Amino acid sequence: MNAPLDTTFDIRLTDTTLRDGSHAMSHKFTERHVRDVVRALDDSRVEVIEVTHGDGLGGSSFNYGFSLTPELDLIRAAVDEAKQAKIAVLMLPGLGTIHDLDQAHDAGASVARIATHCTEADISIQHFQHARKLGMETVGFLMLSHRTSPQDLAKQARIMADAGCQCVYVVDSAGALILEDVSDRVSALVSELGDDAQVGFHGHQNMSFGVANSVYAVRAGAKQIDGTLLALGAGAGNSPTEVLAAAFDRLDVKTGVDVQGLMGAAEDIVKPFITRMPIMDRASIMQGYAGVYSSFLIHAERAAERYGVPAYKILEEVGKAGYVGGQEDMIVDVAVQLATAT
Amino acid sequence: MAKKTAAIVGSGNIGTDLMFKIMRRSRNVEVKYMIGIDPNSDGLARAKKLGVTVSAEGVDWLLAQDDKPDFVFECTSAKAHAANAPRYKDAGIHAIDLTPAAVGPYLAPVVNLDELTDTMNVNMITCAGQATTPIVAAVSSVVPVDYAEIVASIASKSAGPGTRANVDEFTETTAKALEVVGGAKRGKAIIIINPVEPPMIMRNTIYCAIPAEAAEPGPTQEKIRAAINEACAKIRDYVPGYELRVEPQFDAARDDWGGNGRVGIWVQVKGAADYLPEYAGNLDIITAAATRTADLLSEKIDAKLTAGA
Repeated sequence: MNAPLDTTFDIRLTDTTLRDGSHAMSHKFTERHVRDVVRALDDSRVEVIEVTHGDGLGGSSFNYGFSLTPELDLIRAAVDEAKQAKIAVLMLPGLGTIHDLDQAHDAGASVARIATHCTEADISIQHFQHARKLGMETVGFLMLSHRTSPQDLAKQARIMADAGCQCVYVVDSAGALILEDVSDRVSALVSELGDDAQVGFHGHQNMSFGVANSVYAVRAGAKQIDGTLLALGAGAGNSPTEVLAAAFDRLDVKTGVDVQGLMGAAEDIVKPFITRMPIMDRASIMQGYAGVYSSFLIHAERAAERYGVPAYKILEEVGKAGYVGGQEDMIVDVAVQLATAT
Repeated sequence: MAKKTAAIVGSGNIGTDLMFKIMRRSRNVEVKYMIGIDPNSDGLARAKKLGVTVSAEGVDWLLAQDDKPDFVFECTSAKAHAANAPRYKDAGIHAIDLTPAAVGPYLAPVVNLDELTDTMNVNMITCAGQATTPIVAAVSSVVPVDYAEIVASIASKSAGPGTRANVDEFTETTAKALEVVGGAKRGKAIIIINPVEPPMIMRNTIYCAIPAEAAEPGPTQEKIRAAINEACAKIRDYVPGYELRVEPQFDAARDDWGGNGRVGIWVQVKGAADYLPEYAGNLDIITAAATRTADLLSEKIDAKLTAGA
């Protein structure tokens, strides 16, 4: 039995405001932001809080944007502030390394979330093995899950589970999945993994389905669900944690969190410091529609400004080319080609 | 002078592509042996058909031959090469290592071959290292580069089991080579594996931090452009499919870049399709660099012999 055995609640909410929200903040979180958000989430009994650069450990770079505060400092602050919550970190093999994972573990992180493109799970095997050796809880992210079929996604989930992953997420990085797209994928994973690992879902709001998709995921057997306060995140943002909490409460799905506390955290803690409200605008809707990785949004907006071509057009071309998470560098190339063509 | 002889150790994709590359493109080297461990491998079968002496009995067999090669190309794994390297050395064979073992110094043939004093064992870094270190070296020949970062994107179909099982080795080796060969104070490498169909041609994006004034239009910027173009031309001499996607992009200095400006270079590497399809530019560039290295080393060896006589 690979999966955590806690059955007190029906599902577990993981908040990733301090990781996915890093995209919307252009990676400019401060230690103050981290402490305030962690305290509010911890007080509301959220069990897992993810803190990392938006692109995971080692993400601070020219390609994705440099962190204002070193992420290890942010992780240490979060660990220090949390009374009951576990602090999670994200890492993308090919970008972060085992060395980064060791450092995060030394800083007190206890959950390793390891992400690959939905068809490339085998590049994460060494990282899952290492995380388990460190005694960390493990979560696997199959990003851009819309890019493959439920059956093939389940095979990739099996690779992660066999490597030591305790919960495999269907990750809708582009906000492209709609209702049954989610439940079909979650069902396929649940039936493949059985008791070997749990299944999770991470949603985005690009076409407004984040919360509804999460409900479909839970009905299909998902046990872990991601959200961010005020939807702060890449693209049009994530499934809002406070809405997930309220919706699951109304559906009598037990999460163990304090719904009112989370609404307060979003309104009183996050809203005052954020620099841009997540919004479904032409560019972010295009991301859901064309199936484009959500964190490309701000990069596309910057390229649009510099090269004089609309962001939504850049994103549409990026979708046609089939670029995957991490290929932010292609955005300038696409923008220059578009600018030259017009 | 007569052509030098070579053994290819490892009959997988890289070894087989290398065999075709040497046969079709080398000036000074011919393939005499192909060594594998799987008697049924496609690579050994093809080599045999082309008149190469083949064996599935590994390096033991090779070193037992009376007629030993001048060069051995290691196309196995880092672990295997670490074990084989001292044996090649004892036998007086030049080793060109295409694994990330890094027993010998990192080498990009257009950058640092002449600087190396001991060339009995040289390491070809990684595919991304071959595609990017010459560009970083070009920029750092004009201005100091505090930091260089590269993003290599390769087609899922061209990422072999070795790369997949150990991506950390790939990024760490490449990052180190950006410093050692490229001349950057600090290097970072990122690799992305993309499964899109039809498969994407290998791409590399190279970012170098440069002094603020070099990011503004002017003579320094022109020198950087010229150095980049020169490096591209040298690489194209042995990798014809190596080209810039767009002109180098200069970005003005920013506080969050430590007051540095930036030059970005977008490169595409289309393979020669000697064995693997043209999208596998990543495999092409490392076998092409290994072939070029052997050609250049042959000339050095001959020059030394002539001078000695």
